[in-house]
This record gives sequence, C-alpha cells and structure tokens, in this order.
Amino acid sequence: MQLERVIEKGVAGERIDDDEYLLLERAGDLYQLGFLADTIRRRKHPDNLVTYVIDRNINYTDICISACKFCAFFKAPEDGRGYLLSFPELQAKIEETKALGGTQILLQGGLHPGQPLEYYEEMVRFMKTTGIHVHGFSPPEICHFGDLSGQPIKEVIRRLIVAGLDSIPGGGAEILSDRVRQSIAPRKCGADQWLAVMEEAHHQGLRTSATMMFGHIETKEERLEHLRRLRELQDETHGFTAFIPWPFQPGHTVLADTEKTTAVEYLRMLALSRIYLDNFDNIQASWVTQGPKVAQLSLSFGANDFGSTMIEENVVAAAGVSFRLSEQEIRQLVASAGFTPAQRLMDYSLV
Amino acid sequence: MNTYIQKAGLGKILEKVDAGERLSLADGLQLYQSQDILAVGYLANIVRNRQNGDNTYFIFNQHINYSNICSNLCKFCAFGREKNSELAFEMSVGEVKEKVRARLAEPISEIHMVGGIHPDLPFDYYLELLRGIKEVRPEVHIQAFTCVEIAHLAQLCGKPVAETLGLLQEAGLDSLPGGGAEVFSPRIRQLTCEKKLSGSDWLEIAKTAHRQGLHSNATMLYGHIETLEERLEHLAALREAQDETNGFLAFIPLAFHPKNTGMSDLAKTTGIDDLKNIAVARLFLDNFPHIKAYWVMIGPQMAQIALSFGADDMDGTVKEEVITHMAGAETEQAMGSATLVRLIKEAGRIPVQRDTLYNVVHVHN
Repeated sequence: MQLERVIEKGVAGERIDDDEYLLLERAGDLYQLGFLADTIRRRKHPDNLVTYVIDRNINYTDICISACKFCAFFKAPEDGRGYLLSFPELQAKIEETKALGGTQILLQGGLHPGQPLEYYEEMVRFMKTTGIHVHGFSPPEICHFGDLSGQPIKEVIRRLIVAGLDSIPGGGAEILSDRVRQSIAPRKCGADQWLAVMEEAHHQGLRTSATMMFGHIETKEERLEHLRRLRELQDETHGFTAFIPWPFQPGHTVLADTEKTTAVEYLRMLALSRIYLDNFDNIQASWVTQGPKVAQLSLSFGANDFGSTMIEENVVAAAGVSFRLSEQEIRQLVASAGFTPAQRLMDYSLV
Repeated sequence: MNTYIQKAGLGKILEKVDAGERLSLADGLQLYQSQDILAVGYLANIVRNRQNGDNTYFIFNQHINYSNICSNLCKFCAFGREKNSELAFEMSVGEVKEKVRARLAEPISEIHMVGGIHPDLPFDYYLELLRGIKEVRPEVHIQAFTCVEIAHLAQLCGKPVAETLGLLQEAGLDSLPGGGAEVFSPRIRQLTCEKKLSGSDWLEIAKTAHRQGLHSNATMLYGHIETLEERLEHLAALREAQDETNGFLAFIPLAFHPKNTGMSDLAKTTGIDDLKNIAVARLFLDNFPHIKAYWVMIGPQMAQIALSFGADDMDGTVKEEVITHMAGAETEQAMGSATLVRLIKEAGRIPVQRDTLYNVVHVHN
C-alpha cells in the first residue's frame, strides 16, 4: 500500500480504513497530513468560517470517587477539602456568564458519592430558570447517577431531559480502550458504557460532542481504536456535533513524569482525526492546552472551531496550564489566520 | 503537494524555489500576504532541507547582561533603564567573572553578552570584561556587543570601528550577536528608536566585523509598527550585505513583546506571524546558512513547529534570559538539553549540538 494512494483517496473524499490510517500515522510527514486535513476541512466548510462559543465551565464539585491517575482536579471524598457548589453559587456564575454574552454552561463535576439523581434533576431545573443552555453531565457522570439511583442509563437520561438538560459534553472519553481505562481510570465507566450513554442520548434526541485525551499510556493503535469506535457510532446516530482531541497535561497528576505531548505531535493527531473522522463536521482546536499560537495554527491542520471563551476553566488549570483568551482575542486570532470568526451555539448554529 | 501550492497561488514561487532562483521583493510580499501558512511553510521547508537536511542545531550557552543602563531607551524595549532608575543595574568585572565561574561545571561553549548604551562606563571596562571571562573560562567563545554597542565603543576609544574591533578581539571577543538591527527603515527608527545607530551604520559595522574575521548574526524585530514592505527592505539589505562579506551565520527573527514597553498597547504576535517570518526569511535570505527559531521569544512549541517552516536552529539552553522576560515573555528562562533534543526528534529532525561557528560537537542520533 502506498502513502500517495492513501492521500489521493483522502483528497477524493473517500473513507480511510484502519490500515491506511496507520500508514499515514507512521509515514506521513507534517505537510502531507496538514495538506490533506486542510483540504478535507475546506471541503466541509467552504464558507471559510471559524466558529466559537461563549460559555463557562462550571464544575459543580471536585469531590470524586474515581481518582483517575491523569487528573489534577479531583479531591477524594475523605480528603475533606473538596467543594460542592450551592445553587445560589451556580446562579451567580450563570448571571455573570449571561452578562458577558454567554449562551451556555458546560456543567461537569466529579463523581460525588453522596448526592442522589434527584439532586441533579433539581440542579438542572434550577439552572434552566435562567434560560441558559445546559450542556452537562459527561457519560461517566450519567453512569454514576445510574449506579447511585439503581436506574438504567435510559431512564437517567430521560429524567435529566425532562428536568431540562439540553445536550451532553463529550468528556470522560479519555481513550476508549479498556486496557487503557483499566490502568489509568479503573473506577470510571468503560469504553462500551461511554459509547452506550452517547448512543442512548442521541436516540433520545440530545446532541453531544466527543473528546479524546491522548499522550499518556496509550499506543497509536489504541488512538485509532478510539477514533474507530466514534466513527462507527456516528455512522449509526449522527448525534455527535464535534470532536475535540487534546493532549494529556501531566502537571500535578499521578502520571506527572510523563513527557508532555509536543506541539508537532498535537498537530499531527489533530490532522489524523480530521482525515479519519469523515462523518464529523466539526473539529475543535484546544487553545486551553496548546495556547493561542499553536491553536491558531491548528486551523490549518483540520480544526474549524476555536472552542469556547471559557470564562472559567478549572480542570486544565489544576494541571498548571492556564492560558486565557477573551472573545476579542479569539476573533483577532481567527481573522489574522485568514478566516471569518463567527459565534455559534452548542449545535453549531450561528448566533 | 504541487496542486495544493498552485491552488494557494504560489506556483510561480515554487518553480523559482525548485530552480534555486533568488526571490524578488514582489515574491517576498506575496509570501507575506499569503493566507495559506501551510503552503508558505512547505516552500521554506524545501530550502531548509536542501541547505541543512534534517540537522537541527543547538548550543550550550550562557547569557550575561552586564548592564541595563541605556541612553537610547527605545520604545519597544522593556529592558533599558536610565542610570538613576531603581531598576537599573550594572555589574562589575568581578561580578561577571563570578557568573561565569558559577557555571564552570556545565559544558557551556558560548557566552552571549549584551548590554545597553551605558553613558559613562569607560572603554577599558569592556576590554576587562572580555579578558576577565577568558581568564575564568579560556576556551569559551565570547559572542558579545551588538553593532550598536560597537559603534558606542568606537566613540569611547576614539578610534575607527575596525581598529576598535581589533582591540576587542585582542581582549577576547570572538563574534558579534545580531541584535540592534530592529527594522532598518529610517521611518521606523525615527518613530521607535531615534537615538539608536542608523540601519545603514548597523550594516557597515557588521560588514567591517566580517572583514576583520569576526562572524556575526542578524536579527529583525517584527510585529510592532513596521509594514511588510519595510520587513522586506530589511531582509534585502541583509541579503546584499551577505553577498559582499558572507560573514553572517544566522538570521533570527525576533517577535516583539509589548508588555512593559512604550508600545504596550500593541498586540502580541500570533503563531502565524512567527512562522511566516521564519519561512519568508528562509526563502528570501538564500545566502544565509542558518535561520534560528529563538524559543525564548516564540515559545518551545512554536520553535519546534518552526523546524518544519524553515528554521534549522533552536538557539541554546539559555539561562537567566532577561531582555525578553522583562517584556512579559511567558517562556521558561532555561530549557534543558534533554528537552531540546526531544523536541527536535519529535519534529522528525536530527539534534546536533554545535559550537558558535556551527562546527558539530555532538550528533544525537
């Protein structure tokens, strides 16, 4: 099999199979991957737009029973220093977000041992009184609510939708391979469960995103496995709005000795994602982990979305990485890269 | 690939690059104006690979700023201070020697030493600095004093530039750094650094140094108020000087850092600005052997990416970098050689530890 032939397939808009992916991964240089990813991205987005959303992360708690090795954010329940935000605190954060032109809240938290499903239903109902879009509860949280309440996933999602949940974020996917999860996040939901939550959410009409956290203990084949499983589910449901890959940030984690993924490796992975995930419309740049300069360049390596203004971000910051960007700065970075910046909502409709 | 380059409107320049033809000012402008950073980078990468293969150079160096007291006080500078400022400093020869002695255990092969235009330090001080460093570390290569400082030193000793350089060489000077070039345009110098040596004098001093057997580097401070045309005139002047003397080792584009300067209202350079300046320089400066991605200014991430956009040098391990950090640089002040080697390898290149004159010290295969 020849690299040139694989590139021609990609340029022609044909699907790349697993062996072809691995060939690109192994033998493609930065320009071959970049040109192909950019060609695909321009075909999917001929309007030359780069979108972003104005929102805020709210982490309602950092108390978590999962203790994943890659996480610098959580506090163990017995630690005593963890927090659980009160509803008035949530409200204040939402009001601030709205005042800054924000349209949604990315609501995620640790796997808190003590709160019943009713508590989260109440939280969503309360938040919805402000009218803001609630993009909340990643699959590990949904699974955790199911475990605590003894309800099946289907019922948990149904009840949260009734309470007002608008969409589900793609967090907690890490690497969708059970070998990897057993080693670094054994108490978190498995790969099949993560996908089952997304499948069920899509069936019940919720849109969701998908993420990948790479650059720790996974192999290149396991990254591919992750992408393959997402592509397969997307073929069935078409419920994913976007794919968001970002490199593991080792600071202050159990895996702190891990060498941090370099910018070149990030750009290669981003481009490979764009090339392989032919049924995903949107690929996000991760300025939160890469900083504004590499994020701007990632618009030439397959990304068409600049993510969020992240009025508040806690999880990456806990690993010692704290870039900040205002909406104005995002717009300037996008414009000076030759694209038109456009504010969007969670479902990628324009504001 | 070629289809992509043609779609980007750069087919003609690709032909020139493939044929090894010199680029015109109009070509340079088209490259700067291109919205396709990948296509521009691809062209620069062709030249980079032709000139340096996969070799990517770095050096073990030590930065010393003997004083920040300066009578020029350029608007883009956050380092220079008036003599009576609380933040002014000035090192004695003994203090400088101590700095060198403190790092004798490290395999440092180059001392990079620059300062401001000090109003009253005598010429002998500078000779003593050089002698003192060589006393403590006789085998080290001293790369010191920008052309701007050299002009000032010639005034101090009352001799022509060539003779002044001769005295400094006798005292231990081995090469000149590339600073003080900024942007050569008289318009820019009038607006940002009117007291500084003119662009044409900077070039004259560099050429004089080359004729004396001293190599030097060249820089350009981009990302403030200069136009693209002014950048290209700057590059063209360097290319012409290099045609005459062939004494420049490397060109180093320097990203303007606005914080704490007289132009702090300007935005920082973007990643695409940084890469474009590397790439256009690689394409335009066909007679420069090396283009350096100075990681202190653009960050290790962008410097790594720049290795595919024309750069073949990552500078060095650098410690105690002061000038850029006073202007708000968020990079580390030192990077271990293991990190440098890893960044270079992950970019698919071969890390080569060099000395100042680009002799190979060690290849990390």
